[in-house]
Amino acid sequence: MTQLFLEQALNGLQFGLMLFLLAAGLTLVFGIMDCINLAHGSLYMVGAYLVAAAAQAADSFWIGLGAGVAGAAVLGLLLELSLFRQLYKRDHLSQVLATFALILIANEAVRIIWGAQPVMLNPPEALSGPVEIGNFFYPAYRLVIIGFGLAVAGLLYLLVAKSRVGMWVRAGASNREMTEALGINVQALFTAVFVFGTALCALAGGLLGPLLAVQVGMGESVLILAFVVIIIGGIGSIRGALVGSLIVGSVDTLGRALLPTLLRALLPADAASTLGPALASILIYLLMAGILFFKPQGLFPARA
Amino acid sequence: MAFYRPAPYQKPVAIAVLLAMLALPSVLTAFGQEFYIGFATRVLIFALAASSLNLVLGFGGMFSLGHAAFFGVGAYAAATCLNSGIGDALLAFPLAMLAAGLFALVVGAISLRTRGVYFIMITLAFAQMAYYLFISARVWGGDDGLSLASRMTLGGFSLSSDSALYFVALACLALSIVFLGRLADARFGRVIQAIRENETRMEALGYPVFRYRLICFALGGALAGLAGALLANLTGLASPNLLQWTQSGTLLVMVIIGGVGYLYGGVVGALVLLCLEEVLAGFTLHWHIALGLLLLGIVLFAPKGVAALFGKRHG
Amino acid sequence: MAEALLEVRSLSRRFAAVDALQGVNFSVEAGEVHALIGPNGAGKTTFIHHVSGALQPDSGSVHFSGADVTALSMHQRVAAGMARSYQITNVFLGLSALDNVALAVQGRADAGSSFRFWKPARNEQRLFDEAHDFLNQVGLAWRAESLAGNLAHGEQRALELAMALATRPKMLLLDEPMAGAGPEESARMVELIEHLARHVTILLVEHDMNAVFRLADRVSVLVNGCLICTGTPDEVRADPEVRRAYLGDHL
Repeated sequence: MTQLFLEQALNGLQFGLMLFLLAAGLTLVFGIMDCINLAHGSLYMVGAYLVAAAAQAADSFWIGLGAGVAGAAVLGLLLELSLFRQLYKRDHLSQVLATFALILIANEAVRIIWGAQPVMLNPPEALSGPVEIGNFFYPAYRLVIIGFGLAVAGLLYLLVAKSRVGMWVRAGASNREMTEALGINVQALFTAVFVFGTALCALAGGLLGPLLAVQVGMGESVLILAFVVIIIGGIGSIRGALVGSLIVGSVDTLGRALLPTLLRALLPADAASTLGPALASILIYLLMAGILFFKPQGLFPARA
Repeated sequence: MAFYRPAPYQKPVAIAVLLAMLALPSVLTAFGQEFYIGFATRVLIFALAASSLNLVLGFGGMFSLGHAAFFGVGAYAAATCLNSGIGDALLAFPLAMLAAGLFALVVGAISLRTRGVYFIMITLAFAQMAYYLFISARVWGGDDGLSLASRMTLGGFSLSSDSALYFVALACLALSIVFLGRLADARFGRVIQAIRENETRMEALGYPVFRYRLICFALGGALAGLAGALLANLTGLASPNLLQWTQSGTLLVMVIIGGVGYLYGGVVGALVLLCLEEVLAGFTLHWHIALGLLLLGIVLFAPKGVAALFGKRHG
Repeated sequence: MAEALLEVRSLSRRFAAVDALQGVNFSVEAGEVHALIGPNGAGKTTFIHHVSGALQPDSGSVHFSGADVTALSMHQRVAAGMARSYQITNVFLGLSALDNVALAVQGRADAGSSFRFWKPARNEQRLFDEAHDFLNQVGLAWRAESLAGNLAHGEQRALELAMALATRPKMLLLDEPMAGAGPEESARMVELIEHLARHVTILLVEHDMNAVFRLADRVSVLVNGCLICTGTPDEVRADPEVRRAYLGDHL
């Protein structure tokens, strides 16, 4: 039981950290630019495909990961310059419509280029086996993902909390007009944040590729999870995104793994098997509703 | 922005269209195109669903991106009714509306405490919650959805023929449009439109803004539930796909194409989008790309906001 | 004078590290025009927000018409008889002047429920007759059918007053009604407020000292979140502390 719990806790941590990669960029785009981007999940999907394609071409996962993330960043740059730059000033209706259109285009383009079947992405040979932790085995590759996630989270914390650019970003999230008035080149800052966010979600897509199927539509369900993370954490807050990600990641993973067992101990088997999976799948949404009820601005509101 | 006022020619045009719609099944049958009666019913149903979203978005000013959830709940409620012996639409449809309306009431009570981007994301998240709930609960058939053994009856008349269902859908849509038109002009409609324009001012005039918004949101949900119940009858299935957020996006696109805040916005939008889909899909498998580019074009070349393309009221 | 209509007791509020209001005690008697003045940044707007219910205090209470309204929301206070106008003109620009006031009439509890979904509101003659009366009171009856967006600035301010009046308040809370008005418009507004003051209690927040000293029965002075003085216009004018706050320590 403890072993199951430990394993699931690690899975939850790993899932949470990957959600953080997605939510970090998204929360800044929402917070600083007041722009709703539904296509963030599509960038994650395209990132995963690019990594898979590059990895196959180079016959190396790591080269593929680097090339794929770089490719996604370039794509993000092009998108920002051609489309998003114009969307920031527009109403939410236009933003939703435009980014919804991007999803349709991205899904169909991927289907045309790579086909409707999921694409395989293999983890690096050396990491494909399990390692022994204490008294149980855990996949080495998942540990590497956790390491990556922690490293990026730490880096981001340093960047946002300590650096000058980070100060601008935080200032932009809490008061955009003031930041502009102080002479910060907000347009360049927006571009940088957007491209950085794109690279982060492509990184998540590439890292998760070997664990999940790389397929059309993979971005949409994860996008909504990232939304839940941001709602819980508070729009525009990196710290909120990290806390929210870890909460959502672990509650979702542990809930799915443990809740059915728990319910079986409390309820008749029949009721438990009906209720268990249903409750587990909506646990994070109930959590979100609960948090919102008490803190409508999320746990760490960026705006006063 | 002013209160909604119908254009003077609107009523005669609507009546003429309604008469044409009444004749449509016989015309289609005469030309041997019965297949299109089903398609026309689909358009009517989506027109109703989009109109219900237009009540919330266009008149109430609430940017919900989870409206399909109420659509789906209506479909599941209708299927559940039928499978548990309530086979008459006169009872089952109101029950479906009640279920969807109550769900909207709960979702609204939590989401309406927030504003802007937050509200958009939260409605989306709640819709996704409903989606997962239906997918993971065995009583509702999981991934496969809940199929209906047969179509319902209406006061004893069977709806099993396509034209019977068509007429019921037409009646539901027509009644709903009449209701929405009256509502826009009644006290309640004036209040929600004024709240859309300036909620603080309305609060300062003594209006409990939250309550009006919530009722409007729940009404929209109930009407979407009616559309869902009709669709379940048409397709013989309450499918989890109905609750997917892309479905909410589709309804939104319909409202935007047809005109946000216009009484017939949802109807026009559903007609245009479904016909476009039918035509484009005939040319290419990848018609989504064409649709996406079209939508992008609409956004980019309507700098005053999308709705400005469709009328001067928003300009 | 009669008992206090509005009574604010040791109201305090902090924003981040700033004490915006520090234990403010304040009252408005029924029937008077009470002006609240103070230098920029003294906390007048914050104070008004607490009276109207837009903000909640950290401590202290607000009593209105004999009841504790501290926990009531803005719309509940309006229903209790407290109406406000805004510093920035805040009317529905896309609606006619008459529709603006009719909305205010319709919001009143005695005008019936607004959860009516079927009967066209524009056939409710009573709403519009009454709205017309209020427009008449502020001298705007001849502009009833004009879009509020097409009214001159002074007319919009008057419309704003008509809307506040239409809620049939016991007290009108006027937030800088002269703001942005030219001398002629100001004079007309002063006349209008003088006229209204015969029927309703007024709490007036204003920068225009001529207007304040002409209109007010009593004046209170707020400086750095503290109420330093309350009295008749003459008393306040003579108060050394007030002179210091306005004119600087060196005098």
